[in-house]
Amino acid sequence: MDELRPDPDALLAAIQKDEERQQRGKLKIFFGMAAGVGKTYAMLDAAHQLKQDGVDVVVGYVETHKRAETEALISGLEVMPRQKIEYRGAVLEEMDLDAILERKPQLVLVDELAHTNVPGTRHTKRWQDVEEILEVGIDVYTTVNVQHFESRADTVRQITGVTVYETVPDTMLDLADEIELIDLSPEDLRKRLAEGKVYTPERIEVAASNFFRTGNLTALREMALRLTAEHVDHKLQDYMQLKRIAGPWKSSERLMVGISPSPFSEQLIRWTRRMAYNLEAPWLAVYVQTAKPLHPEEKDRLAHNLALARNLGGEVLTVVGDNIQEVMLRLARQRNISQIVVGKPIHTRLQAALRGGSLVDKLVRASGDIDVFVVTGDPISKPQVNAQPRAATPHSSVKQYVLAAIIVATVTVIDLIAVPFIGYQAVGLTELFAVLLIAAYLGRGPALLAAFLSALSWNFLFISPRYTFHISQLQDVILFLLYFAIAIFTGNLTARIRRQERQARYNADRTLALYTLAHEIATAVNMDDVLQTAVTQLSSVFDARIAFLLPDGETLNPRPHPVSTLPIDEKDFSVARWAFDNGKPAGRFTDTLPLASAQYLPLNTPSRTVGVIGIGLQQEERLSLDQEVLLETFINQIALVIERELLDEAAEQTAMLQESERLSTTLLNSISHELRTPIAAIMGSATSLLDPQTASSQDARDELAKDIRESADRLNRLVENLLDMSRLESGRLQLKREWCDLGEIVGVAVQRFERCFEERPLHIDVEPNLPLLLVDFVLIEQVIVNLLDNACTYTPIATQVQIELRHTPPVLELVIHDNGPGVPAEDLEKIFDKFYRVPGRTSGGTGLGLSICRGLVEAHGGTLTAENVYPSGLRFVLRLPLEGMPPPVREAEL
Amino acid sequence: MSDGAPILVVDDEVQIRRFLRISLEANGYRVHEAALGQDALLKTAQLRPELVILDMGLPDIDGLEVLRRLREWTKTPVIILSVRDSDRDKVSALDAGADDYLTKPFSMEELMARLRVAQRHAQPDPEEPIFRSGDLQVDLVRRIVTVRDEPVKLTPTEYALLRLLIQHAGKVLTHKQILREVWGPEYVNETHYLRVYFAQLRQKIEHDPAVPRLLLTEAGVGYRLMVEDRVQ
Repeated sequence: MDELRPDPDALLAAIQKDEERQQRGKLKIFFGMAAGVGKTYAMLDAAHQLKQDGVDVVVGYVETHKRAETEALISGLEVMPRQKIEYRGAVLEEMDLDAILERKPQLVLVDELAHTNVPGTRHTKRWQDVEEILEVGIDVYTTVNVQHFESRADTVRQITGVTVYETVPDTMLDLADEIELIDLSPEDLRKRLAEGKVYTPERIEVAASNFFRTGNLTALREMALRLTAEHVDHKLQDYMQLKRIAGPWKSSERLMVGISPSPFSEQLIRWTRRMAYNLEAPWLAVYVQTAKPLHPEEKDRLAHNLALARNLGGEVLTVVGDNIQEVMLRLARQRNISQIVVGKPIHTRLQAALRGGSLVDKLVRASGDIDVFVVTGDPISKPQVNAQPRAATPHSSVKQYVLAAIIVATVTVIDLIAVPFIGYQAVGLTELFAVLLIAAYLGRGPALLAAFLSALSWNFLFISPRYTFHISQLQDVILFLLYFAIAIFTGNLTARIRRQERQARYNADRTLALYTLAHEIATAVNMDDVLQTAVTQLSSVFDARIAFLLPDGETLNPRPHPVSTLPIDEKDFSVARWAFDNGKPAGRFTDTLPLASAQYLPLNTPSRTVGVIGIGLQQEERLSLDQEVLLETFINQIALVIERELLDEAAEQTAMLQESERLSTTLLNSISHELRTPIAAIMGSATSLLDPQTASSQDARDELAKDIRESADRLNRLVENLLDMSRLESGRLQLKREWCDLGEIVGVAVQRFERCFEERPLHIDVEPNLPLLLVDFVLIEQVIVNLLDNACTYTPIATQVQIELRHTPPVLELVIHDNGPGVPAEDLEKIFDKFYRVPGRTSGGTGLGLSICRGLVEAHGGTLTAENVYPSGLRFVLRLPLEGMPPPVREAEL
Repeated sequence: MSDGAPILVVDDEVQIRRFLRISLEANGYRVHEAALGQDALLKTAQLRPELVILDMGLPDIDGLEVLRRLREWTKTPVIILSVRDSDRDKVSALDAGADDYLTKPFSMEELMARLRVAQRHAQPDPEEPIFRSGDLQVDLVRRIVTVRDEPVKLTPTEYALLRLLIQHAGKVLTHKQILREVWGPEYVNETHYLRVYFAQLRQKIEHDPAVPRLLLTEAGVGYRLMVEDRVQ
């Protein structure tokens, strides 16, 4: 039973594929073995049929090649205007992608899928345009010939001798919902060619004798038929899986191909893809990065190879390690690889032996139960291999070689002077030491040169008979040979240690850079900090100017974040926006809008794209592979942190809302009492006044009117306090600082409490000649008013109140001291809390006054504290800092 | 009491106008009302009131603008009544030519006192040579200042300040107005001059400088010299 049960993963994949297809537009490929079989004709014909059925069809781009029958077919269809692009003085026409996306028809006809766009258009290849059209849900009909598929390109070259430059990734074939093979026998095609239906007369001759040879056509036809058959077979399997029909379930095979910057790798990749496709197996392309540095050319080729593997649907991995076969096997075991594909070695047996055995030998020996395929390279590409510059180990410059020679010469001269005292054997050791030093500091090449030179000079100048290369004694011969061997061996060894050390240092640098970024980002307190850190780190690690573009709601904000160092103009922004909308890289060094001056990478997180980073490299060439990997890691990290920040901000807002909700509940509870009491008093007194009985008594009238007035006062105070509180809390409080006389402020405040201090003896003690203070007059007055209000509200009549004002540098101290009952010690701090009232006290205050006082004083950089005094009473101490001196005061000129 | 001094009350709140009318008529004023700024400008021109009580927040034109347009052609005393209590609002109203400023809520007592002061200034008093308030007596002709009949020595600047306040006794003068008059227009921002000189003046003429009764500070706005009739 078990064997019949569908593999859940495979089933899920099939369903996902199906769902994805339903949202996307449908792709139909009209497929042929060569030009002239009638693909375009068939496509247009099909379009006409659909148009009659009421489908909204437009011609995105169709090349008629001036064939009358094709032109006739196109005339009945809506043709999208083409985009005109100036390139090197000529005006060229391309499909207008944006116009199509804007027009949004149901179906677009796009001829020649493999076409390469003129530089200056959004994508380098037309198939990328098609992908974008499909993505927005528009169906596409397109045409392509078999030789244009990546995986067939080298087979085609082997058969026809023609190198195909315009290729389409095989994933496009997988993407296709339908493939229609336009088949024609080679004879018929040649006939059409001869009739001038394929090319213009002058090109017929050349074509017929080259590409259109019957042999070629037969081979191409077979390829086209086979490709179609394979595709149909896959469709059937997908269908069966989706419908849970038990059948030939996907194999458990997994392939891995080892790639390098070599041009061979391209063939290896294509070979692996073909095999994986037929096996229905996933495949991995692995590049093992060693300490060996790469030439810019090699870097390019490696990037090309990796991109090819990605395009062909492989998973691409880069790992670092010096021992290639060990790294590959470890990875293979981790990933359950069943088959490894490697290239046949190009070294001779001797070379391989010198290098400690070829990679293939070592791999095969250690592979255990993993199969190893060794694939032969195409002889055509061999000359390229030879022409390729030798990838040097840490490239030593000519200068270093000269330096090595000079060191050897210097040591030799010193030895010439010293030899009478130390003997020629010691001379050998000094020379050996020099070779070691050269190996350590100048590299392998100079060390070998030094070994060679010093051996010769030792022999010639020191070993008897001196001044000949002849050696007379056997022990000297052995000594000389040993010297030579040791010099070469240690030189090599030292150089290799140095190389490994460099690799280790590089790894450490990379780790450090990542660690620094991670650490600094983690400690950044807000978004601005995070981005600032990222800009600083990225600029220094990659020597680039950086811009961050963040979304404003759903769309990207055209103004880069202020920390950005890379200016963004309108054109750059359109590139960035594309990267944001599509979640894919764009700009320089990419396939999309490559003419832009900078690279724009989306900040992707698993859930969404949180922004775009623009990177303007100072250097002309693209980043090396490992730098790109590092950059990618950086960007992932930054994206995650940005998302974290965005989520934090959202959470903070929620928390703030909750807090303000809680506060407003407390406020309402506390205040409803405070509001209702005076209102009740006003209402009661006013209605009593209306009562003629009560109103007849003069005393009663006065009493009631006084009550109304006092209650209104109380209400007014409450409202003022609430307003102040909200001003303080919202942070909108702005201090209007000016030079003030604190004594004057006290005087103003005291005047407000005339009635209170008629009932309570007030004593004011102001130290003479107090310096002026730089404070907000009105706010400090309010602090004093609230403190006095507190004294009046909470102390019984006849309580003595004392105000003292003292100069105690660096502060001015104001003490308000009453003889009242004081406050329980445990409440001394709490009385400054909002809405706190000492339990058991008569109400009358709002519970806000002291809290406002402290807020205002702290806004001035001062302190406000409360303390009980013996034997009874409460003391408020207000300390305000003395800042600077006021400018001198002038007499008026009168 | 329709023979009293005509007064125009400008406020868009019916309730405020109603209680002002009752109290003002009880105190012998002839009350006219306006609810809008346009209306106020028109009625001031037509009825020629002796006093205007003006609310700042009017629905059509801002009270400050009404004040400015009035000041283009008339010196009729204007007292501002407003809920706007920031010192900036007060100062801008006073600088625009208001005679006084009261914030709502206010007591009727206070309003009546301010009205009396404003009215007194409006009537071009024969220049009195001797000013008296509380313990203070200033002979403006001979420049002699006495407190409780004791002569007090003032510096020229102190005297200039005091004389300016006497000229506008009972009325608020803004910091700017005082500084411009005494020191000159380039000193209008040197508020701390006033802090120093008023402290000195209070030491010399106030009974208790810590609780001044004559030289009153209007927080954030300016100063006012109180006119007290009773002698302590």
